[in-house]
Amino acid sequence: MKVHFFHLMPYRFLPDDFAERYPSVWVDVPSHLFDPAKGHQLYNEYLDELEHAASLGFDGICVNEHHQNAYGLMPSPNLMASALARRTRDAALIVLGNSIALYNPPTRVAEEFAILDCLSGGRLVAGFPVGTSMDTNFCYGAVPGTLRDKYQEAHDLIIQAWTNPDVFTFNGKYTQLRYVNIWPRPVQQPHPPIWIPGGGSIETWEWVTQRDYVYCYLSYFGHQRGLTVMNGFWEEVERQGKEANPYRAGFLQFVAVSESDAQAELDYAEHAEYFYNRCLHVGPRFADAPGYRTMRTVRAGLRSQLGQQVHQMMNRELKWKDFVEQGFIIAGSPESVRQQLEEAAKALHVGQMMVLLQFGSMPPELVRKNTELFAREVLPHVRGLWSDYEDRWWVKPLPAGERASPQSELPAGVPAGGS
Amino acid sequence: MEARTLSIRDGMFRAHVCQAGAGEPLLFLHGAGGLHDGPYLDLLAQRFTVYAPSHPGFGASEGSEHIEDIVDLALYYHDLMDELGLESAHVVGHSMGGMLAAELAALCPHRVRKLVLANAVGLWRDDAPVLDFFTLPPDKLLAYTWHDPQSPALREMPVPDTDEGRIEMLFQRVQAFTTATKFMWPIPDRGLKRRIHRIQSPTLIVWGESDGLVSAVYAEEFRSRIAGSRVEVLPECGHFPMFEQRDAFVSLVTGFLAGE
Repeated sequence: MKVHFFHLMPYRFLPDDFAERYPSVWVDVPSHLFDPAKGHQLYNEYLDELEHAASLGFDGICVNEHHQNAYGLMPSPNLMASALARRTRDAALIVLGNSIALYNPPTRVAEEFAILDCLSGGRLVAGFPVGTSMDTNFCYGAVPGTLRDKYQEAHDLIIQAWTNPDVFTFNGKYTQLRYVNIWPRPVQQPHPPIWIPGGGSIETWEWVTQRDYVYCYLSYFGHQRGLTVMNGFWEEVERQGKEANPYRAGFLQFVAVSESDAQAELDYAEHAEYFYNRCLHVGPRFADAPGYRTMRTVRAGLRSQLGQQVHQMMNRELKWKDFVEQGFIIAGSPESVRQQLEEAAKALHVGQMMVLLQFGSMPPELVRKNTELFAREVLPHVRGLWSDYEDRWWVKPLPAGERASPQSELPAGVPAGGS
Repeated sequence: MEARTLSIRDGMFRAHVCQAGAGEPLLFLHGAGGLHDGPYLDLLAQRFTVYAPSHPGFGASEGSEHIEDIVDLALYYHDLMDELGLESAHVVGHSMGGMLAAELAALCPHRVRKLVLANAVGLWRDDAPVLDFFTLPPDKLLAYTWHDPQSPALREMPVPDTDEGRIEMLFQRVQAFTTATKFMWPIPDRGLKRRIHRIQSPTLIVWGESDGLVSAVYAEEFRSRIAGSRVEVLPECGHFPMFEQRDAFVSLVTGFLAGE
């Protein structure tokens, strides 16, 4: 099994009474709550944490895209991945991803991902989410009724931009370009592996399976609740007669490791409560624009992950006991975490396990503890899972000897302070 | 009313049209929530031949995938009028249907005899933004769209009496709003201001004074852009004058359309 270190980059300093005083953590979250000086510290702290994880042997490090959101400070994950490309050596850079319907023209994504692939020597995983309704419809004004159609067109354009060696013309409904010819081109040919984060829509299962992409369910509600969605995906894989290879699926799981189960609660409870009770305080108005989900999915009774689930749960304040019992967070001693994580991976049949070891208001020293305990005491024990399967969805970097080594110091003689 | 289904453009669209009455043709264009059948249509049908279609993607009408924007929808209505054998008609548009009616009249003035715009969207003022009604559940929306949310007139807006029927109604609402986002998301300003000067039909602008969805200040916005138009503001009335002040609405519309 591959294990990846995922970061959401939350703002850690929302006030205690945030959920009572303000309508939403997303879309119309008040700007005065953001302190740019703290932002400076946070970005550097979080990049350190991702780099640290890469140095400890996680297979990949993951960043994602959110807008106008106090629990996700990455409107552009590509900027973060770009910084990470220079300061990591072997870990895959998993960008999950760019909401491709939002870019005008979408070749911008083909270009930036090609830059990242060149910069990192072929370590990029290209994620193409539709994006949440909050990000796409509310923050970026995308028309719900045409979002998925626009997404499909953007996808087709990007793939052509990567794979067609010639200058070509693209006459789409949403994008028209006379001369498509992106420079640079990706190191990985024909293109970087494509992973699709989804929230349980039927059409996405079908399409991802047809295209042979990786399906990722980035849930905040753990492996127990994730089963319904992942089962739906695997049924579709079976229906299409494709191999049930666990590496074609990814899952996001919160993990909290400590010396003992009791110590885990002492260490992590307040930070988990910060995440679930403050960071997920999404105004119901913004949960789901009409048309964001297809009628087929609406009629099938499935709910987007931040739609109904959140509302049902936000009716009361959640406590550590809820998170652990319901599997939102896999927590406890290394022994216990190992066992729970392996069971979860088996139940979900997932080969790309993304763990969230920084969540909510966790400060850097605690993230370091969690990350190091996980890397030392858990990671080696779960890696062997799925060894019978080949991961055909993994990065293909240049051989180590052909990869550039960024210089960490300025060459002698160059004044550090400019002229 | 009598319902029938018409095939438009060789089956590309299936139009569900309610029809009643006799007299000059009157095309009623509904808003973003879909066609609300009600006594107001029967009352209008006492004087006119009323055609009340559901737009593609609303109710039982199909083919919204072939409609990209409000101009496509207006041109579709030219096809529908052809199919109904109507060279021209009076056109009454409510809310989003008002935006559509104005587009129809601007694109092809000779097909619209007289025009009625009721609590219409389609223009934008920064100082009086149209409510983001898409984000509000039905119960919350009531407070914005009715002068008196306890009004007995609400009973004229039919609600199914079974759970299954009510669930189906919610699905229909999502379906209707989904299609409406093509014309109204994120802001219901799709360039009508560049075309509205072409309207030549005599025009009546009717507005519920307490409309919290699209403020009555928009009545004047429309009036100032349509030559010779006039405004009637209905007191104690919200976004649905054909329900909340039904008799006044019907009388104004009938008087205007039937008058010289």
